[in-house]
Parts: sequence; C-alpha cells; structure tokens
Amino acid sequence: MTTTTLAVLVPLLPFLAAAAGLLLGRTAPGFVRPLAVVPVLAALGLAVTVAVRQGGGPAIDAATRLTPTGSVPVDLALHLDGFAALTAVLVTLVASCVQIYSTAYLRDDPRYPSYAALVSLFTSAMLLVVYSGDLMVLLVGWEVMGICSYFLVGHYWETPQARAASLKAFLVTKLGDVPFLIGLFALAADTGTFRITGILEAVADGRLDHPTITALLLLAGVAGKSAQFPLHTWLPDAMAGPTPVSALIHAATMVAAGVYVVARLLPVFAASAAALIVLAVLAAITMVGSGVCALAQDDIKRVLAYSTIGQLGYMTGALAVGDRGAAVFHLLAHGAFKALLFLAAGVVIHAAGTNSLAAMSRMRGLARRIPDAYWTMTLALLALAAIPPFAGFFSKEAVLVAAEHTALGEPTALGEAAAVPAGAGWIVLVSGLLTAVLTAAYATRLWLLAFRGHGAEAPDHGRQPLAMNAVLWVLALPSLAFGLAAPLLPDWFDGHPLTPTTTTAVLGTGVALVGALVTYATWRHTTARAGRSPLGAVAAHPDAEPAVSEAEAIATHTPAYGDIAAAPDPADPGRLLLGPLHRPAAAGFHLDAVYTALFVRPVRAAASLVAFLDREVVETYVRGAGAGSRLLGWTVRRAQTGNVQTYLIVLLAGSTALAVAAVVLAHVNAGS
Amino acid sequence: MHLAYPAVLAALLFCTGLYGVLARRNAILVLMSVELMLNAVNLNLVAFDVWLRDTLHAGQALTLFTIAIAAAEIGIGLAIVLMVYRNRATSDVDRLRDTAEPRPPLSSALRATDPDTDAPGGPAGDADSGDPDPDDPGRAAGEKAEATA
Amino acid sequence: MSPLAAAAAHGFLSPTGVEIAFLLVGVVTLGAAVLTVTTRHLVHAALWLVVALGGLAVEYLLLTAEFIAWVQVLIYVGSVVVLLLFGLMLTRAPIGRSPDADSGNRPAALAVAVAAAAALVWVVVDAFRATWIDLDGPAQGSTRVSGEILFRHWVLPFEALSVLLLAALVGAIVLSRRDGADAGGDQAAPPRKDR
Repeated sequence: MTTTTLAVLVPLLPFLAAAAGLLLGRTAPGFVRPLAVVPVLAALGLAVTVAVRQGGGPAIDAATRLTPTGSVPVDLALHLDGFAALTAVLVTLVASCVQIYSTAYLRDDPRYPSYAALVSLFTSAMLLVVYSGDLMVLLVGWEVMGICSYFLVGHYWETPQARAASLKAFLVTKLGDVPFLIGLFALAADTGTFRITGILEAVADGRLDHPTITALLLLAGVAGKSAQFPLHTWLPDAMAGPTPVSALIHAATMVAAGVYVVARLLPVFAASAAALIVLAVLAAITMVGSGVCALAQDDIKRVLAYSTIGQLGYMTGALAVGDRGAAVFHLLAHGAFKALLFLAAGVVIHAAGTNSLAAMSRMRGLARRIPDAYWTMTLALLALAAIPPFAGFFSKEAVLVAAEHTALGEPTALGEAAAVPAGAGWIVLVSGLLTAVLTAAYATRLWLLAFRGHGAEAPDHGRQPLAMNAVLWVLALPSLAFGLAAPLLPDWFDGHPLTPTTTTAVLGTGVALVGALVTYATWRHTTARAGRSPLGAVAAHPDAEPAVSEAEAIATHTPAYGDIAAAPDPADPGRLLLGPLHRPAAAGFHLDAVYTALFVRPVRAAASLVAFLDREVVETYVRGAGAGSRLLGWTVRRAQTGNVQTYLIVLLAGSTALAVAAVVLAHVNAGS
Repeated sequence: MHLAYPAVLAALLFCTGLYGVLARRNAILVLMSVELMLNAVNLNLVAFDVWLRDTLHAGQALTLFTIAIAAAEIGIGLAIVLMVYRNRATSDVDRLRDTAEPRPPLSSALRATDPDTDAPGGPAGDADSGDPDPDDPGRAAGEKAEATA
Repeated sequence: MSPLAAAAAHGFLSPTGVEIAFLLVGVVTLGAAVLTVTTRHLVHAALWLVVALGGLAVEYLLLTAEFIAWVQVLIYVGSVVVLLLFGLMLTRAPIGRSPDADSGNRPAALAVAVAAAAALVWVVVDAFRATWIDLDGPAQGSTRVSGEILFRHWVLPFEALSVLLLAALVGAIVLSRRDGADAGGDQAAPPRKDR
C-alpha cells in the first residue's frame, strides 16, 4: 500500500469504528470494547508506518476533487509533512491509551457504547484535521471535534455542572469559530484556493491583501479551540467530563488543534507583524494568568486544566516568535505528559474518593496505595515543571531559545525575509520565564498536597485495574525520554535546531527550581495547620467504577466546599504564596463574571424585551383583533331590532343615496 | 298637456305612500300607504301610455293588471293582518319583533378575551337566544287565548 | 307635430284648460294622500284615501283613460276601501284619535321620504320638462279601445291574472278562517267558503 492509502486509512478506521459502535452498541454489547480499542490501535500502527515512510522527507500531497463547486474548489486533500506525521502519531497514541483506560474506568457505565463511539469519532475528526491539506475539510474535522466535545463533556448529563460545562464549551468555542470561518473565507477570497499549499504559495508571493485582519480572524478561532485568553474559560469547566475525556480532548488533541492550525498557516500570521504581537500578548496573558489560577485551584483536574492552558500559551508563544518547530515539539511532549497527568489524576481521584486537594492533604499514605500512579505522575510533573532531562525541559527550552533569538534579533526559524518583531520575543521570553516559576510552583504544590498528606490513613480500595496502570507506564515512556529526540526532530520540521542553549537552560531550570523550592518551604510552613482544621468529603461509593467516584466528587465539591474551584483550606501553600491574589485566581479572575456582564446579561435583557414585546405588544394586537370583531358583532346585534320598518328605512335610505349618487355622477359626466 | 305634471304628481304620491309605509304603526294604515304607492305607479303608466300612443296600449293593460293584483294583495294582506291580530291581539307593526336579536350588554363584548372564560359565556348566550323559540308557541297560545277571550 | 315643438309652443306660464284642471285635482289628490298618511283618526285615514283615489280617477279621465278611471272608481273606491274599513273594524281599531298612530321611526321616515321625493322630482322634471302630451286625436282609453286591445293582445295575461285572483281568494279564505276549537261557532261557514 502506498503511503497515501495508509494515511487515508488512519482517520477512516476510527470513523468506521464510531459508526459501527453507534449502530451495534445496543444489539451487540460484546463487540463494543474491541470495536473501541482495536481500530484505534490499528490507526496507531498505521500512523507510525506513515511517519516512518514519510521520514521527515519532502511533504507528500495528494488530492481528489469530489465535485466542482463553482467558486473556490474544495478538495479532499492530504498534506503529509513531518508535523502531520508526528502529530498523528501522538493523537493515535493518546487515543489508544484513553480507549484502553476507559474500558476499565467506565467499565460499568450504561452509556459506555456511545461514549466509546464518540471518542472514536473524535479521534477520527482530529486525525482529519491533522492530515487534511484543504482548509474546508479541516474545518469539517474541527467542527466535528466541537460537537463531540460537547457530548463527551456532558457525559454525566444528570449533574447540572456537566450540563452547564458542555454548553459553555460548545458556545465559547463556537464564539471563536464564527470569526475563524470568516477568516477562512477571507483567505480563500484573497488566494483563490482552500488548499494549504496554495495558500502558502500565495503568501510567499505576497498575494495576501489583508494579512492582519485575516490573521486576527483566524486567531479568534484558534483562541477558542486552544483555550487561549480570552476564550479559555470553557476549559476548566470542561473538567466536569470523565477523566479520560479530559485527557484526550482537553490535554492532547482538541486544544492542540488550534496550535496545529496556526503552525500550518504560520506564514499567513508571519505576514503581519501586528498579528504576531497580538499572538505574543495573548500567549503571555494566558501563560501567567493560568499559572496563577492553577496555584489557587482545589480540584486536582482544574489544576491540570489551567496548566494545560498555560502550556498551550507556551506553544502560541513559540508561534508568535515564528518557530513552529518549537511549538509542535512542545505540543508533542505536552500531549504525552499531560495525558499521563490526567489519567493518573483519574486513578488518584478514584483511590482518594475525592477530587479535592484539600481533602487529599489530610490523607496519609495515598502514594503507597497507588504506586504506579504515584511514580508516573511524579515523572509527568517533573516533565511539566521542565526539569532536565525530562521531555518538558527540552520542548520548553526550544520555545525559550526561539524567543531569545527573536528578542536579540538573531536569525529565526522564519529566516530574514519575515522579520518577527523583537518585542514579541521579549514578551514571550519574560512571560515564559515567569510561567516557568509558576509552573514549578503549582506542580510542586499538586505533588505535595496529593501525595504528602498528613492525617487519617487513606482508604484502601485494592489495586487499580491493570488496563489503567499499564497505560500510565506506556505514556510515562515518552514523558521521560522524548526530549532525547530533540536533535533528530529538526529533520522532520523546518530544519531549525531545537536543542537547548546554555543560557536559557540554566535560566529556565534555575527559575523552576526556585519556584519548586519556595513552594516546598511554604508547604513546610503551612502543613502543620492541616491537622487543626479538618476538611474534606469522600465519595459515597468507593468500590464502584472509577468514573462514578469522580462524578460524585465533582457533584459534591460545591456543597462540601462552597465553590466548584476553591476550598477554604488554611493549609494550602498556594493561599500563602498568592496572598490577596488567591481569591480572584481561584475564580479564574472573575472572567466569567465579565462574560456575564458583556454577553449573558445583554442577551437576557434582549430576550426579556422580546418576551415583553410579544406579551404586551403583539398580544395586544391579537387581542385587539378579537375584541374589534367582538365589538363589531355587538354593534351589528344592536342593529337587529326586529322592527321591520327600521330595516326598510335603512334599505330605502341606502337606495336613495345610491340613486342620487348615480344621477349626480351621470350629470357630472354628461357635463364634462 | 305637459308630461311633467302627471310625472311629478306620481312621484310625490309615491313618496307620500313611502312615508306612510315607513312611519305608520297600524298594519292596515301601512296597507293603505301601499295602495297609494301602487296608484302613483298606475298614474305614471297611464300618462306614459297616452304620451307614447302605444298601439298595444301596454300601459293601460298593465294598469288594469296592477289594479287587479292590488285588489288581490289587499285581500291577502288583510287576511294576514287579521290572523296576526287574532294571535297577538295587536296589529301594530313595530310590536312584532320576534326576530329581534337579544341585546347583550356592552361589557359582554369587551370582556372575555380569554378563551377559557369565553367558552362558558358563548354557549350560554346562544342558549338564551335559542330559548324563545320553544317558548314561543306557548306564549303565542297564551296571547291567542287572551285575544279570543 | 313633434313633441319638442309642441312643448316650445306651450310654455308652463300659459297653461291650457286641461292643465289647470289637472293641477287643481292633483293638489286635492296630493293633499288627501298626505292627510291619509298623517291623520290620527284611523277611519278618517280610510276616508281620505277615498278622496285621494277618487282624485286619481279624475286624473285618469283628464288623461283620456276613460275605462281605467271607471275601473279605479269601481275597484278601489268601491271595494278596496270597504275592505280596509272592514279590516279596521275587525282589528278593533279605535274610532277616535289614537295618539300612537305613528311609530318612533317618524323622523327617519320623513327624511327618507323627502329625500326620495326631491331626487325623483328633480330627475323627472329634468327629464320631461319639455315633453308634451298630445291629447287630441282619436280616443285612446275608451272602453271600446281598451276592450279591443285587452282581448286581442293581452288575453293570455288576462287569463293568468284571473287564475291569480282565484288563488288570492283561496289564500285569503284559508288565512282568515278560524281553525281548531275556536272554529266551533261558525263551523258551517268555512266549508261553504271553500267551495
């Protein structure tokens, strides 16, 4: 089989699996698990084969035109370069892990068949985005992901949190998708094609008339999908979905789609210095803000969600300085260790019976109960904090190096032709270093609170299922060792070196260590208070499937702690570190309130206005029509006196009037 | 002779009869007024027949027919008036108002925009207006008895 | 002689004798008619009707319609008025003044009647002010002429009219006979009428 055929099969297999799963889910429950796992594993194998065959060589393009559209043609096009091949491997790897993990995590869930089918469909859509060489086809996958995300976040639709979160995720991403669509049309209008290769050629020839507006429109969609400020608010709430969904969608794939699309279209953005500056500023705000927020969260998954937002900020930062190699490198590394973090967090939540870090910090020996999750999570947190030699270190260093080069005016990945403004470099570099401190701080806080608690012995629920633990170790491998591939990767990407330089390595590692040590010191100071203020609640059904524990934990968080995100825990080192910032940071800097004031209230006001108009104005006309005919009928009834002479008088008066009118008219006409 | 004289006289007589039909209360006086109107028409017919010198004398023939029909009409009309008088003890035209619509108050027209409250009101009103029909023979019989007593 | 020329020759300010007679009788007729529809004595109304119908008979004579004039006297004055008087008696109409002889519609009726009169007079005068009836020449309305045309040209309508009169007669009898228990008193009369 040719490479193209294999590449076509990669998104097709999960799609067929999804269709079969949805059709057979009820009639043949025995086939559901194989149907969920096997096609994704096969797709993984195929994606690896495609990657090996592509081998970092020149991009493979294949296209077939289904039908002429009359204007800008839409092609079923494949574009296989190093980025696509490696991203597809990551997607299939994480998807396989998630499917295997889900068989255990949701083992007794009555809605597992539809869940597995939707995950397969989601995987297929993401692979379509990755491999597609045509922006319209890419958009199809992009929107299918959005709708699948809606369904999967709302998996526990019995709880109000999940319902609200799924709607919010859908609406907020759609808020970005509308400008994105307009941006695509603007791009096609300028270049006359939806093919990415064609667009890039046109940009190279300088045929793009409005690069800034187009880039900013596209940026809105990317910000929605990749959870960048100011459209990031859906991601922390989306943690109401099951943990595997969070791992797949909100860590490794869907949020990466935005970054991936910018990477594919980077020349369009690079054509406008303003767009790059905006991208850099957004990335900086996202990084630092999410780091502060992560430090204040109580829900372990929300910490990870804010961390995801921050790491995506690194990627957009790398794109802002024009180095898509560094961005995709970080995307791959982050996808691996963040999926691992989420899946391990699922194990932790199940073992502890709670998702609250405050409650975990009052449990002793949680690490001993779940050694696999403990060790893999430690690995992943080290990778997240960018401690050498883990994967996160190398990818983050690549970003920082690119930013440093830009800031110092050295030649960048884009070459001399497209000058990236030095300001963008400085913004990304400074905020990146600041975020490194925060990242190390919240990673340390998470680890200390979850695994170094004092108090009662953690409950023993027996060993975690093999499917879950095995997956953790599979993902631990790239988290540990992917960084060593740094010297090889430039062959696959733009050929720009991604190895760390001494300055940034020392600087980055240094600030990370500082963040970790300060957090540790604070924790030593505050942990003594934990015993004094008892806090926490655990799930009511500790022996049920893990997903039930998690759903219960999420549903009880607000009643138990008074807030979905924060807990009034005096032993929290984050509280001391942030000081007065803690309260706004726990609430995501009240961005939701801003959205409420900006969008929800006006829409509600408009709706109530329409309701008022309908009830009071339109209804009045309707009633008036009825009352009018009623009144008319009443009048006519009054006229029916029963007196024949009255009738006759009216009749004759009418005839006389008509006769006189006829005569007068005849005279007038005769006279004229 | 000027044709205008008989024509104007006929028009005035007709309108006099018209006034009588509309204004008189007694049914027999109404019949008299109808006779006046018929005679005004007859005058017109005769006058125009004479003016046109019609060989068939259609005007005069029609006048004769009209007179005959008027006689028949007065016979039938008087018979009807007598019957009404026997049944109702009156021959006043404006008291024979059985076909009158019952007069609902204005509030019933303005109220009841709500179909729920309207539904009971509507059939009730219909029932009221329908009631007199079954009652009518009884009432008529009573009046008749009164008349013959 | 054409009518227009005749009309030009005979102005309204120089009436002929026939015209003067017609006008005078017309005024009397109209006055009697007006009294018929306005008087409050019901029986007087019937008597004024006699005067009006008699005046009309004279007008027919002046228009040379001799036969019709006599028919008018015979049928209207002779029988119709008698019938009406009988009707008044049978319905126990008050003999003296009855204050409620006119209904409440009187103003409206007056308005309609005056308007209709104005319109009709205007139209009629406008149309026929210059039209002249030549009353000379052979008699047009003598009994001989009327009989000839009636039985030569109008036989069929005449016969149909006789059937109609018969039907009206039967109808009047059926309507006015007493039926049921009340009919006991004059039981013998209705069958005889029916025959």
